[in-house]
Amino acid sequence: MADHLLEVRNLSVEFHTAGGVVKAVNDVSWHVDRRETLAILGESGSGKSVSTAAILDLIDMPPGRITSGEIRFDGRDLLKLGAAERRDINGRRIAMIFQDPLSHLNPVYNVGWQIVETMTAHGQSRAKAQAEALRLVTRVGIPNPAEALRKYPHEFSGGQRQRLMIAMALAMKPDVIIADEPTTALDVTVQAEVLALLKELQGETGMGVVIITHDLGVVAEIADRVVVMNAGEIVESGTTRDVYHNPRHPYTRKLIGAAPGKGEMHAPLSTAEPVLKVRNVMKTYGTFKALDGVGLDLMAGETLAVVGESGSGKSTLARILLRLDEADAGEALWKGRDLFRMSPVELFVLRRDLQMVFQDPTQSLNPRMTVFQLISEAWVIHPEILPKAQWRRRVADLLAQVGLRPEHANRYPHQFSGGQRQRIAIARALALEPELIICDEAVSALDVSVQAQVIDLLNRLRREMGIAFIFIAHDLPVVRDFADHVMVMRKGRVVEYGTVRQVFEAPRDPYTQALLAAGLDPDPDVQAARRAERLSVRA
Amino acid sequence: MLTFIRKRSVASLISLVGLVILVFFLSRLTGDPTDLYLPIDATDEMRAQFREIYGLNDPLIVQFGHYVGDLVQLDFGESIRKARPAIDVVLEAFVWTLQLAVITMALVTAAAIVVGSLAAFRVGGFFDRVSGVLSLVAASAPDFWIAIVAIVVFAVGLGWLPTSGTGTPWHWILPIAVLFIRPFGLIVQVVRGSMINALSSAYVKTARAKGIKTRKIIFVHALRNAMLPIITVIGDQAASLLNGAVVIETIFGFPGVGKLMIDSILQRDFTVVLASIMVTALAIFVMNLLIDLAYAALDPRIRH
Repeated sequence: MADHLLEVRNLSVEFHTAGGVVKAVNDVSWHVDRRETLAILGESGSGKSVSTAAILDLIDMPPGRITSGEIRFDGRDLLKLGAAERRDINGRRIAMIFQDPLSHLNPVYNVGWQIVETMTAHGQSRAKAQAEALRLVTRVGIPNPAEALRKYPHEFSGGQRQRLMIAMALAMKPDVIIADEPTTALDVTVQAEVLALLKELQGETGMGVVIITHDLGVVAEIADRVVVMNAGEIVESGTTRDVYHNPRHPYTRKLIGAAPGKGEMHAPLSTAEPVLKVRNVMKTYGTFKALDGVGLDLMAGETLAVVGESGSGKSTLARILLRLDEADAGEALWKGRDLFRMSPVELFVLRRDLQMVFQDPTQSLNPRMTVFQLISEAWVIHPEILPKAQWRRRVADLLAQVGLRPEHANRYPHQFSGGQRQRIAIARALALEPELIICDEAVSALDVSVQAQVIDLLNRLRREMGIAFIFIAHDLPVVRDFADHVMVMRKGRVVEYGTVRQVFEAPRDPYTQALLAAGLDPDPDVQAARRAERLSVRA
Repeated sequence: MLTFIRKRSVASLISLVGLVILVFFLSRLTGDPTDLYLPIDATDEMRAQFREIYGLNDPLIVQFGHYVGDLVQLDFGESIRKARPAIDVVLEAFVWTLQLAVITMALVTAAAIVVGSLAAFRVGGFFDRVSGVLSLVAASAPDFWIAIVAIVVFAVGLGWLPTSGTGTPWHWILPIAVLFIRPFGLIVQVVRGSMINALSSAYVKTARAKGIKTRKIIFVHALRNAMLPIITVIGDQAASLLNGAVVIETIFGFPGVGKLMIDSILQRDFTVVLASIMVTALAIFVMNLLIDLAYAALDPRIRH
């Protein structure tokens, strides 16, 4: 057997928890070679990060335990080396880029210090390390590099932080870079830039790249080969094109089938009188213009998607429409009455009609309340809706409606998965029989297959109950499958507004075009074609 | 920064004024100092004269007016007991207390950070369990009892250390050791909790992936992040020492501000009581300011 650059052989890891022994990965084998990019694809809980954590000696033992397998690197089994030898390899030969760079960079040291530390920890002189840090930060495209080295992580944008993380990982010119969901929290245009940067750097140094992701688009864009993981096991592996076009395992097929952005597009229902008419909304925070003359029309039972990147003002708009925040100017007519000028009493009555589902159900559901309490709380506040005797039955109905079981009512949020929690949040919103639900990135945090289920649920609610949605999202394929109208926002302004077909098939605004171009298609051939197009544009 | 200090000063000044008013009138409730300072067989004439000298004949509100009038000229009045300016008496005692507090807290901080951090590093390990029990015992130990037992054992029984007073470095050992115990136990637990948090954070994982040595991860990466709640408790404990560890100073006959205050209250030496309170209040104000500055120094996010 030829030696690979890095090879994981028959690795099994288990964790000892209060609930018993959990097999995190079971008999997992993969390898990566020089100049090659391997993607480990899987959903949350699939164990996709565990083998790389084992490579870098990041598994705490206990509670973790490596029960079998070896990790071959440089002709040696890493698992047989002592702590000091492992430490010497970490950061120097094998480096890691994490998801969510804000929490993975130390908040109290400046980024220059943190990059330099990688080098001094591996024996480089401080002066040399400082010069190299400056070169690296320049290379990854941070503006004003010399000044940037003295700044702290919180002073950068998300994309810049990820670039800094990459600079830090590259400091010792490692042979292998492991990137764990490196672009998950980033805007699409930023994601495309970061992935392109990784690819370029790989071309320069010849390093092997292992990228861990849940996103088929990322796989299609960057990977040569892919291993698909489910429940701690590798269910399929092969070249990216092979796996996408000829998936053999049912799970892979399900995953590819669940990828959004391929369904039939909605055609808007009617041209009836809109239920919500928003005109010229302004909002500034200090000197920052969050909303600058935003307007929209929402028909009854229709879905309007509000699309934009971070800082575009889309969440501010949601908060203002729900009067969680006050607009500086403008009006929002809900069935002819201005939301912004309603008295607290009127607003209280109106809250029944307007509900919100938030991005992170872990945070938006009170962990100390049971599902029954969470859902029925609405009726405590609005007792006229339902007599108390019927609460139990209605909660059971609502749970059934969102695809949960009645006996779930007595459980607490932490006993559910992320997708189930979001269903609970939706059931809670439904409890008041609203006419409009505002979803703020309601499916962004969910796995693709779960996302598809939640979107199905929302679609059904729309059909059966005629609920209108304002669907705030940054993920364009999901929007394409779900929305009737699309509004694209940038820097507090509406740059494009039209039916879903108009916006996706004939975008007029250059920003919309850029957004669509930066989106990643799960089909590696489509992505390859787009990449070629990008290169030809640049040349 | 300057606006911050100014705002803080104004807020503190207001509470100081309230405090002075409260203490001025409350201390008068304890009675007339004349009875304490003059012999029992003193004539009424002598008593009247004494009252006249110290302004005790005026109505309370007038006395208060005089006091405040003098105060704005930084005249804190005369100590009846010592027949010297009250402020001199207080400052002399305060220097003792300050030394005691600074030395004790420096030792406590250093020891608690090391012990708490190591306990947090291996949660549930042997060291963690031993230090957990010891710190809990220390945090809940009654210090007056320990002080007396320590005197009995080390000073009276073994004769290694002096029982009380000052003079040689040996005199400092018992008061410091006794004052050390409770804050140490408390701060070890805060350090441990805060460090467990910091050590499980994402940036510590990054540091491990970078190949940083464990000692540096604990004391450089994690500790600085964990310091904010620790500093808060350190400040709190230091404040109670600055206030004068009344009981401990009294037991060890240590001439600090705590002992001075209790003596002055018993002797109705009002000017000294008031001056002591103002000096310690000022010291605590300065210390809180230092803590806020330490926050900003440790965490760049607070600076903005």
